[in-house]
Amino acid sequence: MSANPNTSSLKDAAIAAVVTAVLTVPMLGLKLTPAPEGLVFDKHFLLVAFAVLAVFVVQLAKPYIRLPKFGGVGLRTPESFVQHPGRWWAIAIGLAAVWPFATQVLPFLGGRGEIDIATAALTYVMLGLGLNIVVGFAGLLDLGYVAFYAIGAYTYALLSLYFGLSFWECLPIAGLLAGTFGILLGFPVLRLRGDYLAIVTLGFGEIIRLVLNNWDSLTHGPDGIGNIPKPGLFGHEIGRRAAEGGTTLWDALGIPFDGAYPVIFLYLVALALVAASLFVINRLIRMPVGRAWEALREDEIACRSLGLNPTVIKLTAFALGATFAGFAGSFYAARLGSINPESFVFIESATILAIVVLGGMGSQLGVILAALALTILPELARGFSEYRMLVFGLVMVLMMIWRPQGLVPVTRPRLELPE
Amino acid sequence: MSDFFPQFLQQVINGLSLGAIYALIAIGYTMVYGIIGMINFAHGEIYMIGAYVGLITLTAIGTAAGYPVWLMVSVAVVLAVLVTCAYGWTIERIAYRPLRGGPRLVPLISAIGMSIFLQNYVVIFQNSRDLPVPDLISGMLFTIDFPVFTVGMSNSRALILFVTVALMIALTLYIGRSRMGRACRACSQDMGMASLLGIDINKVIALTFVLGAALAAVGGVLIGLSIGKINPFIGFVVGVKAFTAAVLGGIGSIPGAMLGGALLGMTETFASAYLPTEYKDVVAFSLLVLILLFRPTGLLGRPDVEKV
Repeated sequence: MSANPNTSSLKDAAIAAVVTAVLTVPMLGLKLTPAPEGLVFDKHFLLVAFAVLAVFVVQLAKPYIRLPKFGGVGLRTPESFVQHPGRWWAIAIGLAAVWPFATQVLPFLGGRGEIDIATAALTYVMLGLGLNIVVGFAGLLDLGYVAFYAIGAYTYALLSLYFGLSFWECLPIAGLLAGTFGILLGFPVLRLRGDYLAIVTLGFGEIIRLVLNNWDSLTHGPDGIGNIPKPGLFGHEIGRRAAEGGTTLWDALGIPFDGAYPVIFLYLVALALVAASLFVINRLIRMPVGRAWEALREDEIACRSLGLNPTVIKLTAFALGATFAGFAGSFYAARLGSINPESFVFIESATILAIVVLGGMGSQLGVILAALALTILPELARGFSEYRMLVFGLVMVLMMIWRPQGLVPVTRPRLELPE
Repeated sequence: MSDFFPQFLQQVINGLSLGAIYALIAIGYTMVYGIIGMINFAHGEIYMIGAYVGLITLTAIGTAAGYPVWLMVSVAVVLAVLVTCAYGWTIERIAYRPLRGGPRLVPLISAIGMSIFLQNYVVIFQNSRDLPVPDLISGMLFTIDFPVFTVGMSNSRALILFVTVALMIALTLYIGRSRMGRACRACSQDMGMASLLGIDINKVIALTFVLGAALAAVGGVLIGLSIGKINPFIGFVVGVKAFTAAVLGGIGSIPGAMLGGALLGMTETFASAYLPTEYKDVVAFSLLVLILLFRPTGLLGRPDVEKV
């Protein structure tokens, strides 16, 4: 501590500014650009000057700014909630959150684009809810979640390609298969410590993607699989025209076809799937196994001494999370109609993780809101799409520093004994 | 079978130089893990930034200007090291230090965010395309002619191997003999006790990040010169593989990182020689899964006793 706080903070600010200059002059200021005569620089020193100045000013002003501090570093906020707000609350709010999109696109207002985005957002809601079981409730960091998503998507694509199975037949198979892979991977790995698990799952995700990319005879390699049929309803198809020997739903119902109907149908299917997932997960976390997940996350040694088997409990969480990814994957394949391995890269896993982290680990409502925000906001701000991942990364860091419990922290039922 | 031995020899040479790069990066993971018990997920991006600063320096000097090659390469390496040290220090200061002492998942997620941020920072402010690195160190150090196959080692691979071995010796001496090295070892044994005995923990942690970043930067510049192109995505895969190398050798152990790097480099080279090339990453990742299953402490690691 220097005698005069002003000179000391001036010195700190100067040091910070110099470090910023070192960081930014080459990487920000000198953009390498290929030219006919070799590489040349595209100079952006204004940007550097701006960055240095900004850091200097912020550092100088730091003693006078007091950032609101939310809680401490911890995954939950201990709040004295004697009663749980109720399980239907999350569902109602979740539905309300997507409802604007629904009303916006239902036939009266039109807009197939929005409904499609809302459908995509619902896929992410489902993925977020699934990963929330693994990361949020069981506290296992899974960085290869996208592998199970890929397994679900390819299960439907391959089964419909080779055996002509329908979406509704494949959906449970996809979930089961993804869950089985979850068990196969989880059984040996879940004995490991948390951060090893993160790396192993990351490796697993890459292995699955590389295998899908290179097993040309089965998966058609990087080209992927196209012409995946859309889901039908009770044996009727939802397209404009039915295939040979089939009937469309619209003919069966006797209503004239509208181009928006298939999109709306897919949206409703997604909504139903999300509602079903939410219902099942809400039940699960109130069952003994769900309680055990959270107990295990808080203190593994205490759990073991109470006679719980940590491996089995972790395995159920891991496999159930994978199952939901499998469902979401096969819906994704059905919605897009074509898939390829490039849809299942690590950044996708990171996005889903960001959804869970931003929403608040273990908070269903938070995860739903974060999934909607992270998928709908980039669509609204398409002009900034190249900055999307940059902001993502930054937000993940900042959230961990200022609000590790997420935007909507979990409030648990808690009783306090009177003093 | 007449060409089996020369091919085998060639794979050993290739594998060793690849392994040297993994070892350089693995040391950064292992030192940070050894001291604060956290996977520095952004370390691979540091290596990538090192490669970029190296290329930027070479472009600024102008490879056609006629300076001696050793001078240009040394300047590129030194500047890359300086800038990446600043990156390593800043990342620790901003993204990890405020989270110290919290649950383990929190700094790990922060590190993943940092990694995504850095990769996209380079994509936006540099280029997302492959950039050519001038071929400064061409030629072969030696070639051995066999009847059907010529075994050789290029100068750039030899340089990688030489620099890596030199840096490893220097690092071992530094950690083993110097005052700061002793402080590092003390912190990795018992951080609380070390702090009670007057060791500046913050300084030691910052030092491990800076040292790791410096080694990764050297690796980045050298691999750029050897392969001839770089892009912002090279850091991710190499980072995961270097982490594999660190785990293979026993995370927290510096000789382990060197051994693990060499073994991983060899495994990968042999896998791509005798299996379809696309599967070399699959082999590396499978190796990671298998080691963690059968020997989670790695080859030279100490078992980690879980305490209440």
